[in-house]
Amino acid sequence: MMNKRLKEKAGFGALAVLTFLAVVPVLAIIGYLVWQGWPALTWEFLTQPPRKFLTEGGIYPAIIGTLALTVGTIMVAMPLGIGTAIYLVEYAGENVFTKLIRIAIINLAGVPSVVYGLFGMGMFVLTLGLGRSLAVGALTLGILTLPIIISTAEEALLAVPDSYRYASLALGATKWQTVRRVVLPVALPAILTGTILGIGRAAGETAPIMFTAAVVYTPRLPDSIYDQVMALPYHLYAISTEVPNVSQHMAFGAALVLLAIVGAMNLVAVVIRTRMRLKRLR
Amino acid sequence: MGDKNKMETRNLNLYYKGFQALINVSFPVKENTVTALIGPSGCGKSTFLRTLNRMNDVIEGTRIKGEVLLDDENIYDAEVDPVVLRKQVGMVFQRPNPFPMSIYDNIAYGPRIHGRKNKDELNEIVEKSLQAAALWDEVKDRLHKSALGLSGGQQQRLVIARVLAVDPQVILMDEPASALDPISTAKLEDLIHQLKSSYTIVIVTHNMQQAARVSDFTGFFLNGEMIEYSVTNTMFTAPRIKQTEDYITGRFG
Repeated sequence: MMNKRLKEKAGFGALAVLTFLAVVPVLAIIGYLVWQGWPALTWEFLTQPPRKFLTEGGIYPAIIGTLALTVGTIMVAMPLGIGTAIYLVEYAGENVFTKLIRIAIINLAGVPSVVYGLFGMGMFVLTLGLGRSLAVGALTLGILTLPIIISTAEEALLAVPDSYRYASLALGATKWQTVRRVVLPVALPAILTGTILGIGRAAGETAPIMFTAAVVYTPRLPDSIYDQVMALPYHLYAISTEVPNVSQHMAFGAALVLLAIVGAMNLVAVVIRTRMRLKRLR
Repeated sequence: MGDKNKMETRNLNLYYKGFQALINVSFPVKENTVTALIGPSGCGKSTFLRTLNRMNDVIEGTRIKGEVLLDDENIYDAEVDPVVLRKQVGMVFQRPNPFPMSIYDNIAYGPRIHGRKNKDELNEIVEKSLQAAALWDEVKDRLHKSALGLSGGQQQRLVIARVLAVDPQVILMDEPASALDPISTAKLEDLIHQLKSSYTIVIVTHNMQQAARVSDFTGFFLNGEMIEYSVTNTMFTAPRIKQTEDYITGRFG
């Protein structure tokens, strides 16, 4: 008897230690970023463009650029991804064609992000002649995010019980009415969560935008989707590797801001999900 | 009790992939009566029920031969739209399946998808349907609360009210009491009795007493075939066929 209890305690103890170890790097990263980056976070840093070859001044254009790219990515990836998932789950059924699509999506998810960058440059910048721009960056990041959005949206739709679909169809609803009025509202919290997490990931990518949208320095804010922009991840890359004599605090300050943006998006995802869940049960 | 056949199947065969689930079923459903379908699990009675509103169409790989008539018209004719048919032939499922919306929105769902938008009209339909389903008094103060907060028996009556709201002629019920406690079951059976005057009802049940209590006619299914059909009283007192007797006396199934 004692032996069994001891084993139980040892087992849970070991699991607790492993959990702790898994959390340590996260806390360490955040802690280090705050420690190193905090001194750089001044009002000027957040609201002014860089000066003197990025060694002074702020990161305002990069913040705006990253936000603009993120909005663009949402506009590209959300309708495409959610639409594809709805088609695959609700309409297409199982056949060779949909199997091919699924295999393509899975493989797309495994492609390194730098390849998306090269594709974006080759396809949009050179072949279609769109030029390096906000639009092309958003398209490239959108494609990068698609597999995540499609597969989370697919899972969310599959998790909706068929009994809802049957109930609706049996009342004389069309398939589209059923999807639009019953299935989608139920799946939406999970779809939005997945989408926002995916886009948060894309917001931090450097490789896809370095050939397609981002520039090392422009004091100008974009006023059309054909403008090039500064972006936080690329800025970080640039000041860490290309520019000598940048204070460490500037780099970590930028990293901290990037983390805060992505963190805020994830927070939004959590809030949306919780509110929609509660609303349904009340 | 009407003598008119509200629905009728003629030599109905249903194949699911390689398997024949229904074999030559010819079966009448009399208007304004309750018809019970009994038989052991897997005998095809639920499949048969779903041919009556073409819900089998939803399942990939099903194929049908023969006729299913509603008011003497074959519902499998090419020009019949299953969406329109299902408005006339409603269905209640085994497990209560209210949508995760308010009670009001559940009932208004059907009328809304069929194009009704007027608020007063919807209010009236909701109240009338809930009253007809004997649920109004229990929920009238919380119409805008989630339907998932209701008990199982209330949910099943809500689902029936939801069906009534689209004003069907026939209501199909697939073991509607199998997930309910005895008190809720009794309420449901009372409700079925009341609905009979305005609707034609077909009910699948595993419970012999229930079939005896609620139905006017009973059909016994076995291995995809309709073995015996008769007035419920006769079926349970003097079945003509040995297999029927064995089943209703509990010797198998």
